[in-house]
Amino acid sequence: MIRHLISAADLSRDDALLILDTAGELAQMADRPIFKLPTLRGRTVVNLFYEDSTRTRISFEAAAKRLSADVINFSAKGSSVAKGESLKDTALTLEAMGADAVVIRHGASGAPHRLAGWVRGSVVNAGDGTHEHPTQALLDAFTMRSRLGRLEGLRVTIVGDVLHSRVARSNVLLLHTLGADVTLVAPPTLLPVAVGTWPCEVSYDLDAELPKTDVVMMLRVQAERMNAAYFPTVREYSRRYGLDGSRMALLPEHAIVMHPGPMNRGVEIAADVADSARSTIVEQVANGVSIRMAVLYLLLGGSEASA
Amino acid sequence: MVHVQPPADGGLDLAAGSAVPAAPAGSVGVGQPRSALLPGGKIVLGPDEIRRALTRIAHEILERTDGADDVILLGIPTRGVQLAHRLAARLAQVESRPAPSGSLDITMYRDDLRLRPARALGHTDVPASGVDGKVVVLVDDVLYSGRTVRAALDALGDLGRPRAVQLAVLVDRGHRELPIRADYVGKNLPTSQREVVQVLLTEVDGQDAVVLGKGAAQAAAAGQEAGR
Repeated sequence: MIRHLISAADLSRDDALLILDTAGELAQMADRPIFKLPTLRGRTVVNLFYEDSTRTRISFEAAAKRLSADVINFSAKGSSVAKGESLKDTALTLEAMGADAVVIRHGASGAPHRLAGWVRGSVVNAGDGTHEHPTQALLDAFTMRSRLGRLEGLRVTIVGDVLHSRVARSNVLLLHTLGADVTLVAPPTLLPVAVGTWPCEVSYDLDAELPKTDVVMMLRVQAERMNAAYFPTVREYSRRYGLDGSRMALLPEHAIVMHPGPMNRGVEIAADVADSARSTIVEQVANGVSIRMAVLYLLLGGSEASA
Repeated sequence: MVHVQPPADGGLDLAAGSAVPAAPAGSVGVGQPRSALLPGGKIVLGPDEIRRALTRIAHEILERTDGADDVILLGIPTRGVQLAHRLAARLAQVESRPAPSGSLDITMYRDDLRLRPARALGHTDVPASGVDGKVVVLVDDVLYSGRTVRAALDALGDLGRPRAVQLAVLVDRGHRELPIRADYVGKNLPTSQREVVQVLLTEVDGQDAVVLGKGAAQAAAAGQEAGR
């Protein structure tokens, strides 16, 4: 198994399937009266969160605790970072305290990669800037596989703010590894410059893509990262790229609707679509804990220097 | 510093993205067939002996538990699971009433996790009735150090509170490292610690046999599961 999880591209097909299969076994244990495994007893997992997060931080914390690891939560607010401490100095502090794994979310793309060079423990990327969010891609793949039974040959359409989305990049890379066909749909202004080099198709017309889609994944419009006008009005964006009830009717009967959260109801996804039976949004959160348990187990569960 | 595990021995070169998988795809819960016999191995139990040993164990379970009313057979992956199913079929045959059987994965409870790279999980499948108040018979292929059984007892404790826990094994090869003994033994097989005991079952390996082999380095690797 790999030592750090920084990019979805780090995962080979076999690694990714091992994580999904392990998460599948762990998900089965979730209804036990006592769901606490002794596997990571005595290991310390630090959640290092420089950006706001609800589900990812709670999900990693729940995962580590169910594996009996000690969890230290760190958020930039109310810490020495507010006094101007650099990432490196924070990392060295954690190192001195003996962290076996550091789960990092940071506003700067590449921060987890830098961190991996400074600490001895495993580094797990929980979202870095507009770069990657590999555990989200893994839980999305897990959700697709458990709902639709396969990933190979699955047609996945990812819609919306691809430019600012770390979820989109990680999903494209992972789903390509796992044999799914990905199409990105977005206004031209919300596609990254180098999107032509990504292993996926690109389209500007959502209505044309929906009838041939097994999975549609709506991305949040990340207003907090937008420092320019990427589309005329929210209303116009919602008209052309939002998923409402009539658009959902274009999907094949078996197709599912995903959203990594947090949602802007009424912008990229209509409230009735988000709450429909096709929506896997709550399921994705539950699967997130199983996936993160699998990742922590596979990174930390074995020997450090492998025999 | 990033690459602590050299890729050649099961680690993975992160930057290059060239992956050597820690375990083959689909290995979770699925036993890898043992295709060839141990080098220099000799068969100590054949198909007929295994069949008779399981039939005798089934009758012993019925006697010891007064008809196996509330018995659940839980096999420890990989080959304990098949043995548990075979024993359950025999119990059902003799008492003409189904005997529940399942599997109990103990990977997350092992005490040697830190000694080897993280391994794939086996499948846990406990009958719907649960284990509370039941007599659980743990089933494994080889009893050796007793550490697997210790882990299984911990795993069982997280599933509920059985009335009693018993242990059935096809082969007891001795060399216990913990105060654990089996209630039902197919065959006591005196071994040296350098030897390797390998159990082959039709469902996984295409044939039934118990093989005792010399503990050469590769033989030890091939038979590590049976040896543990």
